[in-house]
Amino acid sequence: MDLSSINPAVLVASLMVASVPIMLAAIGELVVEKAGVLNLGVEGMMIIGAVCGFITAVATGSPFLGFIGGALGAAGLSLIFALLTQVFQANQVATGLALTLFGLGLSSLLGQGYVGIKPPATGMVPFGPLADIPVVGRVLFQHDPMVYLSILIIAAVWAVLKYSRMGLILRAVGESHDAAHALGYKVTRIRIMAILFGGAMAGLGGAYLSLVRVPQWTDGITAGAGWIALAIVVFASWRPWRVLIGAYLFGGISVLQLNLQVANVPIPPEYLSMSPYLITIIVLVIMSSGKGRASLNAPAALGQNFHAAR
Amino acid sequence: MIAGGALFALLGKDPVVAIRTIFWDPIFGEFAFYLRGQLLVKAGPLILIAVGLSLGFRAGIWNIGAEGQYIMGAVFGAAVGLAMFPTDSRWIFPVMIVAGAFGGWVWAMIPAILKTRFNTNEILVSLMLVYVAQTILSKAATGFLRNPEGMGFPGSRNFSGFPAARNAELIAGSGLHWGGVAAFIAVIGAYVLLQRHILGFQIKLAGQAPRAARFAGVAPTKLVVLCMGLSGALAGLAGMFEVTGPAGQISIDFASGYGFTAIIVAFLGRLNPVGILLAGLVMALTYVGGEMASTNLGLPSAAIQAFQGMLLFFLLAVDLLSNYRIRFLKGRAA
Repeated sequence: MDLSSINPAVLVASLMVASVPIMLAAIGELVVEKAGVLNLGVEGMMIIGAVCGFITAVATGSPFLGFIGGALGAAGLSLIFALLTQVFQANQVATGLALTLFGLGLSSLLGQGYVGIKPPATGMVPFGPLADIPVVGRVLFQHDPMVYLSILIIAAVWAVLKYSRMGLILRAVGESHDAAHALGYKVTRIRIMAILFGGAMAGLGGAYLSLVRVPQWTDGITAGAGWIALAIVVFASWRPWRVLIGAYLFGGISVLQLNLQVANVPIPPEYLSMSPYLITIIVLVIMSSGKGRASLNAPAALGQNFHAAR
Repeated sequence: MIAGGALFALLGKDPVVAIRTIFWDPIFGEFAFYLRGQLLVKAGPLILIAVGLSLGFRAGIWNIGAEGQYIMGAVFGAAVGLAMFPTDSRWIFPVMIVAGAFGGWVWAMIPAILKTRFNTNEILVSLMLVYVAQTILSKAATGFLRNPEGMGFPGSRNFSGFPAARNAELIAGSGLHWGGVAAFIAVIGAYVLLQRHILGFQIKLAGQAPRAARFAGVAPTKLVVLCMGLSGALAGLAGMFEVTGPAGQISIDFASGYGFTAIIVAFLGRLNPVGILLAGLVMALTYVGGEMASTNLGLPSAAIQAFQGMLLFFLLAVDLLSNYRIRFLKGRAA
């Protein structure tokens, strides 16, 4: 066992990188759920985002376009979900599962010719001298733009939900679609917009996985990250900043787990690699058992379909 | 199917030929005598798992971790069988069946108990347990169940060399093994349960009107434990039959996604046992035909997976349109 090989500054820095995909997917899903829609297809959208982003980046040679491609691809997939649940009134749980299954299949189909290729590298944001500060510089100022963008997105979602008129309408739709409808808001249209946003965010997260985190394309690259993102939304009790905490927590666990494997800790690697999933379960149990506090904060119309009766 | 043809056409294959290879040739083509057997091999576990899942889905209990329960059933069943390796007794196989069902049941009880005790979301927990089960599987294949005579290769002893624990074909060439028989029994059992038993009524009631069900004295916790337990045990059975029969051994890539495809099968069969029987056969057809198509036409096997997902999309759209019409007529009558 050699714990001294783990450098805390590098650990924290890689934690920030590791948590970006789940953070992006979770913040997207948070907006979707705030609008009263439960989209269980995050995993499928993420992996489609991963493969679309990868293909675009390889084809154009630009990681920036790759991220856009990933977001667009996943948003396109979420459009199917929006169509089925909002127009055809399909069951949201079943449709979400279908989206995941379809996404996994389609992604391995699309990604076939791309196994083993290296994507163009995503550069770091040049902070100049700031990056050379001993510990802080490594932790805070040596990342690619997506790390900062993801935090910015969280801040933006928080501000929009809390302070803007748009956020108020979105929350109204999620709490009581009948009341929102009676006030004259277009419930279906707002929900479709929210679903598309969620899809785009999941796609960004997926693209980050295949372009920066791994970085290459393999089948099933997301490995449950989408589901962990769903769990984080519950963990965060639908509050944007807690998504950040949750994502860092889970990112930290997965990075630490990898580091412990490298450091030859006397725990079999199989048990270490199942730890993120086990900890997700434990966190879920703690969050939902606390006198239903977490469930009280859930949007009231979550998972219910809206059908304008009159 | 038309959209599927379009997908195949996009991949540069003749859509008509592709569809024919998938849906027609396995039954009536020149290799049908072999492929028809494969059909039952694939359909058995799918139907077995899907029947269990449909009970839960009907009651609004979303067990989507059937894949994990399937793996654990296989690991438990195989472990019991391998523990008795050289001995020969006709009790070995029944004991393994029980162990397999028990493995799946235990794995399904985790989300069920967390759900009833702590109100935890069973969708997320059961799914997380799939990943845990997969790591246990790889541990089993490389560690505690590895074949001692396997020269260090991952994978357990092969059951084909162990007749007492072997899940052999019952009628040669038909592909029917005990898993298929169990699937038929499960379909009949579920049908009777839903149509003729108070429990089945309670399951349907809890799914359609949870509030009314509570007033009618249906205990939701009991129902959750029961539905999860049943679906877990059936998935465990499926895994155990698969490992002793067609798969033959515990290996790292033993998990083949049956647990997830079974979700499609359950919905395709409209959560009705008899419908699931047919849907399982259709889905098995896409598997078998898909393999044919990938060897004969070079159609990527992932295309079949995407096609299956697409099938589910169309079904959901159409299915709920019909629900919607029913509701509309009722509204007018009132």
